[in-house]
Amino acid sequence: MKLKYILPILIISLFTVGCSTDDNDAPIVDEVENLIKIQEIKNADHTIELYNETGKFNTGYNNITLRMKDNTNDSYLESASISWMPMMQMPSMQHSCPKSAITKITDKKTLYEGSVIYQMTNADGSGWSLIFEYTINNEYYTATDTISVIQSEKQNVASFMGSDDKRYIAALIEPKDPIIGINDLMVGLYKMENMMSFPIVQDYTIMLDPRMPGMGNHSSPNNTDLSYDSTDSMYHGDLSLTMTGYWVLNLKLMSSDDTLIKGEDVTESNEKSSLYLELEF
Amino acid sequence: MKKFFTISIYFFCSHLLFSQESPLEIKKDTTILQETIVIAQHKLSNYRQEKTLSSIDAYLEKANKVTMIKRGNYAWEPSLNNMTSDRLNVTIDGMQIFGACTDKMDPVTSYVDVSNLEQVSINSGQEGSENGHCVGGGIDLQIAPSKFYNSGLKTSADLGYETNSNYKIAGLDIEYSGNKFYLNTDAIFRKSDNYDAGNKKEVLYSQFQKYNISLQGGYRLANNHTLEANIIYDKATDVGYPALPMDVSLVEALITSATHRYKNDLTIIKLLESKLYFNTITHIMDDSKRPDVPIRMDMPGWSDTYGFYSKATLKEKKHNILVNLNGFYNRSLAEMTMFPNDPNQLDMFMYTWPDIRTLYTGLYVNDNIVLNRKESITTALRLGFHQNKIAKKEGVESLQIFHPNVSDSKNRFLLSFSGEYKIKKNAFDAALGLGYGERAPSVSEGYGFFLFNSFDNYDYIGNPNLKNEKALEFNTKVNFKLNTLKFSVTSSFFHISNYIIGEIDDTASSMTIGANGVRLYEALDHASIFDVYLNTNYNFSKKVSFNSSIGYNYGMGSNKENLPLIRPLSYLAEINYNTKKFNAALQLEGNGNQSKYSSFYGEDETSAYAILNLNMGNIFHLKNSKLVFKYGIENILDANYSTYADWNNISRQGRNFYLNASYIMF
Repeated sequence: MKLKYILPILIISLFTVGCSTDDNDAPIVDEVENLIKIQEIKNADHTIELYNETGKFNTGYNNITLRMKDNTNDSYLESASISWMPMMQMPSMQHSCPKSAITKITDKKTLYEGSVIYQMTNADGSGWSLIFEYTINNEYYTATDTISVIQSEKQNVASFMGSDDKRYIAALIEPKDPIIGINDLMVGLYKMENMMSFPIVQDYTIMLDPRMPGMGNHSSPNNTDLSYDSTDSMYHGDLSLTMTGYWVLNLKLMSSDDTLIKGEDVTESNEKSSLYLELEF
Repeated sequence: MKKFFTISIYFFCSHLLFSQESPLEIKKDTTILQETIVIAQHKLSNYRQEKTLSSIDAYLEKANKVTMIKRGNYAWEPSLNNMTSDRLNVTIDGMQIFGACTDKMDPVTSYVDVSNLEQVSINSGQEGSENGHCVGGGIDLQIAPSKFYNSGLKTSADLGYETNSNYKIAGLDIEYSGNKFYLNTDAIFRKSDNYDAGNKKEVLYSQFQKYNISLQGGYRLANNHTLEANIIYDKATDVGYPALPMDVSLVEALITSATHRYKNDLTIIKLLESKLYFNTITHIMDDSKRPDVPIRMDMPGWSDTYGFYSKATLKEKKHNILVNLNGFYNRSLAEMTMFPNDPNQLDMFMYTWPDIRTLYTGLYVNDNIVLNRKESITTALRLGFHQNKIAKKEGVESLQIFHPNVSDSKNRFLLSFSGEYKIKKNAFDAALGLGYGERAPSVSEGYGFFLFNSFDNYDYIGNPNLKNEKALEFNTKVNFKLNTLKFSVTSSFFHISNYIIGEIDDTASSMTIGANGVRLYEALDHASIFDVYLNTNYNFSKKVSFNSSIGYNYGMGSNKENLPLIRPLSYLAEINYNTKKFNAALQLEGNGNQSKYSSFYGEDETSAYAILNLNMGNIFHLKNSKLVFKYGIENILDANYSTYADWNNISRQGRNFYLNASYIMF
């Protein structure tokens, strides 16, 4: 076909499309774009939709985005105060895990976010449930359901007994997408006060020694130990990764008065610290 | 590339039948060359060149100041004035070409063969800066130009065999030369098994196999104008490196160029030569033949270079001026993938050369001023702009582990100048030279990431922030002549500031399993390198002559440590018997004990050695052809020895009988 035939058709079609858009109202912004729904938790009045980037809960650190739908008119609620409680049902008892508060995402209309660190799960992913409690216009609601938590392939969370006879949980939060180079390593550290309470541990030091067991257990240079940052209540340090592959981040936890809580140096005879996290990319 | 090839073929074929004119006489300007090795494939030579079919490497080794560093029986690395690749400027006919191996397994000299070349010009120190910046010197592997000989069709065939490694060589060369047009094609094939060191000790992984094909053609556009094109394809497979933990499964090079030449003896501009070139190299390392390695890995590397030069030779009264404007763009990329023994773990990957782009443009001016019949002065100047860019973001990020303030680009201005005074009298002639040169760090020195050096057993990390290395240089050459006794002393001294070398980083742990640690490329405040050679030549009669050479070398860093790879006392003595149709030579060659070895840089002491070689040659002239035989015995006494230049003390070849035969049809 010659150009002079194609050109008018093209122009006409362009204008047609241009006209039709005028009829619509302001476009609906899809606030959960690029996120995958994990699950819905319902009660008679509302449906809580849970999202993250993978659409699954895994052991370790999970950042969650959620929104609440009014079941009567299918609209999303823009102001609610929400709290939650993850719960693991064991044969003889129940326990919870470290979690953040749920807060509204400032630049979003309908979205809330929070994070949770599942320290373990059953082989089939069962055992965990989420309990939501929330108030809308001073009216109290609750919603609860079981969830499925899949065991991560690599150890991204460590639950351990310290030399002070207290139980701790350390979880790898960053880097999510490691690079060959210097990564900002972010670790969350929590103390297990009781079965339901896991407060953040402040002002400890986590000593870092990354190793590559697949290649002579070599280390990398210019790593820094992790220190507590009060602005985000997390531990930060530099993690140098010289190549892709499987890395073991050997850790040593020191209390604020410099007593060793957990972990050992890596030596010729000791390949790995008893406190470690894993990373593969 | 295919297109270029097709076009060239078409171009040459379409003009094949044009009429012929008388050829111009061609003379080579050799005044600026310090040492030239003629690749005399089909001639008898009486000085240190025993094998017609020896590799370029073996030819180079005959030069006074050159030693070849050996990691095996193939692809030796030239060292000039005790300085290796990074400090030299090695070119093929003025073309920049860079090896694609991070471990120097493929020096530039391995990509050409004797069949491609006419001569190798070796220029010590700043005299070697015509084609680029260097500290140690320049080596230019020169392709025969302008074969407008009007000699018609000429064919030659070569066969060679060596007993020690069951080494087979076959070559074929076809040349058609007219007045207006010539076409030359040659091919050479080499295959060698493992060689035996002295006392029949087999050196495992010393085998190699390679072939090289080249096509060269020229067309005379007008009386003074010629256009030439050259393509070299070189491919080696199954190359063993006994001194290294890995071998090479494939190394492939395509080297192409097109040259325009204007020649006129009547004008001020005598020669105007412009060349456009492109070369590409693929280098694949392989450890699949090694039974015990701690971890399997793949290490491929690539190097592509695009470039040009344009040079002019002018003559005006006392001045002989050479101007050379050149530029190139190189891309060097190498990567490493390690396969964990635990199949559940992901492969480990890193860029060892993170796609480094080097852009260079520079101008060279050389003026040879004839003061009078006896004295002359040569001055030379090179100015250049050198830029490195890291094209891969991963490269910047990984280097930032060691050097936090690395940016992805680095510009440098480079300067080089030299002056030489020459005097020629009846009984003696002498040359006195002074030079200053700068060089940028090589890709490995600047940007290498965990390059394992099996010589000192350290992993090396590049440093993009290195300063330019600067060398101040003095050289002298004196020749005395007394009847048939010739005696010469050549000497060079280099004072090198910011001498680039790897320094141990205690804080870093080695990546390579079993390595001693990590060295970062840093600069010594300065280093000194000195060499002196005494050569004598005495003709007992027209037929019998004696050659000898003794060399002394010295290298010391500002940290009071000996530099590595400094040649110990070396000597060579040779008795020649020479007629037109037959020659024979008995050679004694050896090194003294390497007492000044550099334990600090991972060297160990190499003891003295001496070997005896015998070589002979015959030439037979037939009606329209001639036959050339070269045969002899190397290492007659089957000594088991290694030299300071043998990587990890790999023993050299034991007793070897060889025969090279060439048949040339006119």
